Amino acid sequence: MKISNINKKKIIELLKEGKRLDGRKPFDFREVTIEKGISNKAEGSARVKIGKTEVIVGVKMQTQEPYPDHQDEGTMMVSMEFSPASGERYELGPPRIDAIETARVIDRGIRESGFIDWKKLCIEEGEKVWSVMIDIYCINDDGNVLDAGALGAFTALKLAKFPVYDKKEETIKYDELSKDPLPLTENAPLTMTFYKIGDSLLFDPNRDEEDAADARLTLSISQPKKDKIINSMQKGGLVSMTADELNKIVEESEKVYNKLFPDIEKKIK
Amino acid sequence: MDELRPMRAEVGVIPNAVGSALFAAGKTIAIATVYGPRQLHPANKRKADRGIIRCMYNMLPFSVSDRARPGPSRRSKEIGFVTESALSAVADLSRFPGTVIDVQILIIQADAGTRCAGINAAAMALAHAGIVMKEMVSSVAIGKIDDKIVVDITKDEEDYSDGEGSTDIPFSITSNNEVVHLQLDGLIQTKRFKEAIEAAKVACEKILDVQTRALKGEIINENESKGVKKK
Repeated sequence: MKISNINKKKIIELLKEGKRLDGRKPFDFREVTIEKGISNKAEGSARVKIGKTEVIVGVKMQTQEPYPDHQDEGTMMVSMEFSPASGERYELGPPRIDAIETARVIDRGIRESGFIDWKKLCIEEGEKVWSVMIDIYCINDDGNVLDAGALGAFTALKLAKFPVYDKKEETIKYDELSKDPLPLTENAPLTMTFYKIGDSLLFDPNRDEEDAADARLTLSISQPKKDKIINSMQKGGLVSMTADELNKIVEESEKVYNKLFPDIEKKIK
Repeated sequence: MDELRPMRAEVGVIPNAVGSALFAAGKTIAIATVYGPRQLHPANKRKADRGIIRCMYNMLPFSVSDRARPGPSRRSKEIGFVTESALSAVADLSRFPGTVIDVQILIIQADAGTRCAGINAAAMALAHAGIVMKEMVSSVAIGKIDDKIVVDITKDEEDYSDGEGSTDIPFSITSNNEVVHLQLDGLIQTKRFKEAIEAAKVACEKILDVQTRALKGEIINENESKGVKKK
């Protein structure tokens, strides 16, 4: 959406001095709150707020036939919806390209990190596997919905438990959750999006800053051992970035990870 | 490791289109057409200060081993969208306010790197259509196979699963060395990311040379022993 030129100019001027309208420094993030379990019908669910941005996420489990090239592995699907509840700018209708892209970028952060142990989601090779459906709803958009959605998906996965599965009758008893958590690995992904406005870079924009942004780069980072690993990236926006800017973002993302990730782990525990 | 697959490049392959091009990297073949600039409908989508690019990426059902279902998928919509962004960064759209430039990308044979081949073809087609370009753009998929950085990966390399496995990093870089498109799937240590950018810059320079020569009228086919035929 279009932001007034005067607002954009102010945001750019402040960023040149390393300042932001709400008093933050360029790579500071707003307070993150996580609420665990918001729907008892979901196998795992969470509400995540970053500042005033709010998403709710549910994980549902289903069984299905495996894909032909992965006969012994479970599957996953991420969907994203910007509900008309989340702001003036959103209307009813099928997901538009921004929602599709957001869902796919979040999907790839989880998938490529190897966070889910797909082989352990196999019920019977070639016949039946679990599929993990992650549905993300944005209910209040004040910028940086992508990172909030990814964090919500991560939290809901961490909390999810298998429903009881009756092998004989091949049915799922959804109302009885087992004690078994999802098979997750140590490769926990953190998805972060950095924005470029004018010649400046920043993290965790509010809505005005996001509207003012010329380009963005999302990256998912995990740290299974000593080295930090980039598992997915996606550039967006109609303006280019230089190699120096990309390298700077990678560098800053490591710093944000060091601050944010331990905090999130503590909040989910 | 830093060798590109043999390229093919030619403009004007679709006579009806305002601009068109074929670009192939090894066994991956893409055709792109450009129609417009023309008036955009509905009118409320028009931008008063610039034109817009609308891009459809279409992987034809017979271009892959297991038939792809025809019509747009979430994947193809996303690729169309990132291609749109990359092209919009280089085309001088301020010259065509209120209009749309329609770009169609058809993948007729796929062996990895289809979005890159598509962007290469589309950039050529835009220039061939006479759209003023602030810069040209070239695209290549950098890969990391186990722990080695390689250039322009094939499907077999993409499916490599030993050691650290395979990482796919498509880059699109302008003729003045700025990045207008970047994606990544897999795993790469943060400290090695710089190597990937540098490899992409070198590779894109080579692709740029092929694109530029094709735009000057050469039919380029690096598969043929003699190489280049003049039109």
